[in-house]
Amino acid sequence: MTPMIEVADLWKVFGPRPERVVGSPLADLSRAELRERTGCVIAVRGVSFDVRPGEVFVVMGLSGSGKSTLVRCLTRLIEPTSGEIGIGGEPVRAMNPSRLRELRRRRVAMVFQHFGLLPHRSVLDNVAYGLEIQGRSRAERHRRAGETLALVGLEGHENQYPDQLSGGMQQRVGLARALATDPEVLLFDEPFSALDPLIRRDMQAEVRRLHGEVGKTLVFITHDLSEALSLGDRIAVLRDGALVQVGTPEELVGAPADSYVADFVRDVPRSDVLTLRWIMREPAPGERCEDEPLSQHTVIRDAVHRVLRAERPIPVVDGVRRVGVIDADRLLPALIGHHRQVPA
Amino acid sequence: MTATVPPPALRSGRVTPTAGEVAAVGRRRRPWRRLWAVVLGVVTVAAYVVFRTEGATEDGDAAAFRFFDGVRDWVDANRDSSPVFLYGINYVRLGVRLLVDAVQAALSGLGFAGLVAAITGLGVVLAGWRTGLLALGGFLAFAVLGLWEQSVDTLVLTVSAVLLSVAIGVPLGVLAARVRWVGAALRPVLDVMQILPTFAYLAPMTLLFLIGEPAAVIATMIYAVPATIRITALGIGEVSPSAVEAATALGSTRWQLLRKVRLPMARPTIVLAVNQTIMLALSMVVITALIDAPGLGQNIVSALQRVNVGAAFDAGLAIVILAVVLDRITTNAARRVRRSLSIRGGIGVGIAVVAAAFIPLGSADLPAYSFAAPVNDAVGWIELHWYDVTEGLKNGISAGVLDPLETVLVTSPWWLFVAAVAAFGTLISGWRAAAVAAPAAAGLAGLGLWQHSMQTLATVLVAIVLTMLIGVATGVVCARHDRLATALRPVLDAAQTMPSFVYLLPAVALFGASRFTAIVAAVIFAVPPVVRLVERGLRDVPPAVVEAARSAGSTPRQLLWKVQLPMARGGLLLAANQGIVMVLAMVVVGGLVGAGALGYDVVAGFSQRELFGQGLAAGLAIVLLGIVLDRLTQGFHDSKGPRR
Amino acid sequence: MRTLRTAATAALIASLAACGGATSGAGEESEPSAGPKGTVNLAINPWVGYEANAAVIAHLLEKELGYTVEKKELKEEIAWQGFETGEVDAIVENWGHADLKKTYIEQKKVAVDVGPTGNKGTIGWYVPQWMVDEHPDITDWNNLNKYAALFKTSESKGKGQFLAGDPSFVTNDAALVKNLKLDYTVVYSGSEAAIIKAAQQASAQKKPLLFYFYEPQWLFAKEKYVRVKLPAYKTGCDADPKKVACDYPDYVLDKIASKKFADANSTAYQLIKNFTWTNDDQNLVSDYITNQGMTPEKAAEKWAAEHEATWKPWIR
Ligand SMILES: Nc1ncnc2c1ncn2[C@@H]1O[C@H](COP(=O)(O)OP(=O)(O)O)[C@@H](O)[C@H]1O
Ligand SMILES: [Mg+2]
Repeated sequence: MTPMIEVADLWKVFGPRPERVVGSPLADLSRAELRERTGCVIAVRGVSFDVRPGEVFVVMGLSGSGKSTLVRCLTRLIEPTSGEIGIGGEPVRAMNPSRLRELRRRRVAMVFQHFGLLPHRSVLDNVAYGLEIQGRSRAERHRRAGETLALVGLEGHENQYPDQLSGGMQQRVGLARALATDPEVLLFDEPFSALDPLIRRDMQAEVRRLHGEVGKTLVFITHDLSEALSLGDRIAVLRDGALVQVGTPEELVGAPADSYVADFVRDVPRSDVLTLRWIMREPAPGERCEDEPLSQHTVIRDAVHRVLRAERPIPVVDGVRRVGVIDADRLLPALIGHHRQVPA
Repeated sequence: MTATVPPPALRSGRVTPTAGEVAAVGRRRRPWRRLWAVVLGVVTVAAYVVFRTEGATEDGDAAAFRFFDGVRDWVDANRDSSPVFLYGINYVRLGVRLLVDAVQAALSGLGFAGLVAAITGLGVVLAGWRTGLLALGGFLAFAVLGLWEQSVDTLVLTVSAVLLSVAIGVPLGVLAARVRWVGAALRPVLDVMQILPTFAYLAPMTLLFLIGEPAAVIATMIYAVPATIRITALGIGEVSPSAVEAATALGSTRWQLLRKVRLPMARPTIVLAVNQTIMLALSMVVITALIDAPGLGQNIVSALQRVNVGAAFDAGLAIVILAVVLDRITTNAARRVRRSLSIRGGIGVGIAVVAAAFIPLGSADLPAYSFAAPVNDAVGWIELHWYDVTEGLKNGISAGVLDPLETVLVTSPWWLFVAAVAAFGTLISGWRAAAVAAPAAAGLAGLGLWQHSMQTLATVLVAIVLTMLIGVATGVVCARHDRLATALRPVLDAAQTMPSFVYLLPAVALFGASRFTAIVAAVIFAVPPVVRLVERGLRDVPPAVVEAARSAGSTPRQLLWKVQLPMARGGLLLAANQGIVMVLAMVVVGGLVGAGALGYDVVAGFSQRELFGQGLAAGLAIVLLGIVLDRLTQGFHDSKGPRR
Repeated sequence: MRTLRTAATAALIASLAACGGATSGAGEESEPSAGPKGTVNLAINPWVGYEANAAVIAHLLEKELGYTVEKKELKEEIAWQGFETGEVDAIVENWGHADLKKTYIEQKKVAVDVGPTGNKGTIGWYVPQWMVDEHPDITDWNNLNKYAALFKTSESKGKGQFLAGDPSFVTNDAALVKNLKLDYTVVYSGSEAAIIKAAQQASAQKKPLLFYFYEPQWLFAKEKYVRVKLPAYKTGCDADPKKVACDYPDYVLDKIASKKFADANSTAYQLIKNFTWTNDDQNLVSDYITNQGMTPEKAAEKWAAEHEATWKPWIR
């Protein structure tokens, strides 16, 4: 399957004459030193990754690690300094302005942290904006905008203005606006970090639901690990502009690539993320097991009940092949402990 | 501050520092500066004592005058033959004439009842029924005062000038905000335009455009357009980048971004820009009566000529009413800007206006009332009973302060003055400001109007000191007494909408023709904004600081002198800068009533042929003086705060 | 009405664009555009005597001939410019202004002289009567320096004050002070009204005052002021405004009209051409306006009612 988004060795350097930094010894200087010597800041540093169609790809990192810059480079809202970007197989950096506009109008839409709604337009006209600038007729764009609003649960608010809505509702409008043009790819730049925790959880559920319903490719930026874990098929961790690890949530939690990632995942309740694969052991020779096996993809928490009530270790299978066993001795530390686990 | 009248800083289109900036300025300490100031002061005084001159009198003949006379003669000779005029300037004049005629036709075509209905309807639709009623009452009042036609003429000129200003200023403002070099290039030009005293460009206007409505409208436009440009640019610059980014991400073109995002989002600010443009235009239109613009200005000029305070009172009142009505309509429109105008309401009002246009009611059918007689009686009474007080005040200040200061300035050699401007300019406002101010000061000498410039400067300095004393005292009192502040606010509002011209009259009535008259008029003119800025500066002092000082046991006096005033220093200095520019403008206009010096040269210049060159040179000298004063004081609030 | 004019201007622009360039007078229609017979634009110069002339002429134009009169408050030179732009049809009391006549009548040919108003004008330096009573020799300019200290004011910079009027008036005062080596400073009061006020105060409160004044002037009928004798006027002694050292000449006040207005030869022009009256007539109307609290219109109406025999011959 061809990837939906391909990024290869992408650099973004802010400052005067940024080209000279890429691929030169300057790039190895510390942040402060580089700034001192050249006035430049490296926001994205040689990043490469692919996103598969229909995948939810989360980019995570501390504030200032270059997440926003990276996601904006994808549609050249920020012009990359070097590197390649492909969307749907087409090289984005080679596009002329009108081709690029087409890309933004029809294929890739974005949802922003601060919503970016137009305060002088009603909710309906905000959602219809993308269709309007494509030159669609008024009736068509209003119909489509109405449908999209219904999709995000905002029927009845069409004629209100953004400042009459709560933050969560405003972001739903932002979401609807992005969905209205029916793009293949949705980019989210920390869309929920300005919202209250409760509302944030609602919105995350909403995104999961929509992803299920409309099946778009999602690139989701966040600095919130639990958000990343709950949404991401795969998570990329960014540090000082460079990717330190790309992997599934459990790969991250179970096997952080370095202490930066480890710090990130330290407080994660591992039993919620890790699957049995991470804590099973080899069966002792001749050991007797329960009959009913558990899949190795079972999340630990979901296995607690059975494991603790079982008298004997439970076999763990990958499909039909038995790969290990699990018992209370292996399970309990994972439930309470926060220390590093090593995959078997 | 009520929302109806924006802060004076914004009025002139300048960017007002925030409380934070003001506080930041207030906090800065430079111990060495005090030492330098003392040293420079001593050196300057010593140099003056050693090099003092006789203060040679002007002989009314200088290279600059002859040059300008030459220009005038050339223009006169070539007005109907040079291509510059045939294909350029005369067409501009013709075009503006066309605009004025069209506006005139539209407004007078409605007839009395129709126009009253139209403005009322406009008020209701744009700004709600209260404003509509205000507009109704205001326009009826013109008829009651017997000033209907003059008011309409003034309205016509104002509307024409505002249309021009908006047509030119809004695009330029957008460009200034969006294109870096345009913004950078416009900035100094606007700076100078805003300190140009109104008086200085009447003569060049008549030279290019002759007398009459076109010249008046163009002069007014030049006066008002900097505010249009500045505030528009401010509004466009303030459009939330996240909205722009979101619209870009959806694939908007640059033009779509401008039309669908930037302009609509900046609309409230642009309406505010229009509001300010109207206010400025209104005050300038009145002055253009001197170059044959019709309207209320004519009444004021003629009242001035007849020293008839009462007649001017009526006309002044009409101007204030016009200003208040236009101000309320536009500010309320700005506030309600998003509720799209109800189409049905618009149609209803349209029908009503058309119907009203057929009502055979004339402005003369209303009962008439004039304040002239009672006002004149009051003035007569004051003249009679306060004569000794006013004379004493005038003579005391003139002999005690003004004359010695004038003598010192006039007898200073010009190079000493230039050097002092450079040195103190660097000290107060930084070398950049000094690098502009010092050449400007030298230019004064080069124009051959040294003595007159120094006389004007002396008058300005005395006036600004008085303005600051009165303004700061009033501001302090207002900041401490909410009731008083509330009571004073409408007075300040009205005072700020009154064209500068009007203030000459009471001053003349009380003090006759003298420099002191100009000083009094200037003080009346400049005190309101100073009060505002000072009050705001004091109120912006964080309550936590005040509380802390109180809990440390400060008396109210200590609180004021040791905490509030030092912390409000930025506001005070901004007030001084604003005040000084206004004072200069007024002192120059004082040339009409015996203040002499540059103002007289300007008036004489456009009323006497052989003095034309001198008048134009004097206009230029005023501009240079304005630059010197503005740069020297601008550093107070500008160079130290973060530049935007 | 204005719409017609707008259309006319638009047409004019179009035609001008076709044949190249716009002249300074373009777009200014002095064609009748309002009122049954048309509009006459009268300049109003800033002294009450002028206003009296204008008031009576305007009254007759409107009430007897059916014109509309547009009065424009203009200073002298600016009013002359109005001939060029078409904004002014007539000036009804002109004081000399040989230079302006040369420019606008001879060179630009936009104005014509339409004869005297009948008023004799004098300009001079005056002191109140009581000063002459106390210092009989003060009326000789040679003695002015002796009395300079009397005239000191806050504005006179330690010298004597000479109070002048509106900066636009015909004056040689600054040059006279300089060339006659007088120890005086010229202070401009700004208007006729301000001089009159000062003169009245000088009489009433016995305050010393040396001032610029002129006849015809209603005030002379109320108070007595004495003219100071300056070196006598000889033809040409005021040729160079910077070198003047002689008194003001006597003026024959006259009327000027725009060429267009004169060429149309309307009844309005005829009236202005025929208008002539005495200094007493003018002073009477001025007095009505200034001291009887009448508007110029009322004053003119009253005078016209009382002096039909004077104005009847103007309308033929
Ligand atoms: N326009 C810019 N000019 C200069 N530096 C920038 C600019 N935008 C971002 N940066 C820098 O790039 C780095 C990455 O920023 P950003 O992508 O916003 O991080 P994040 O979204 O992860 O918080 C930061 O150090 C920031 O200071
Ligand atoms: Mg970010």
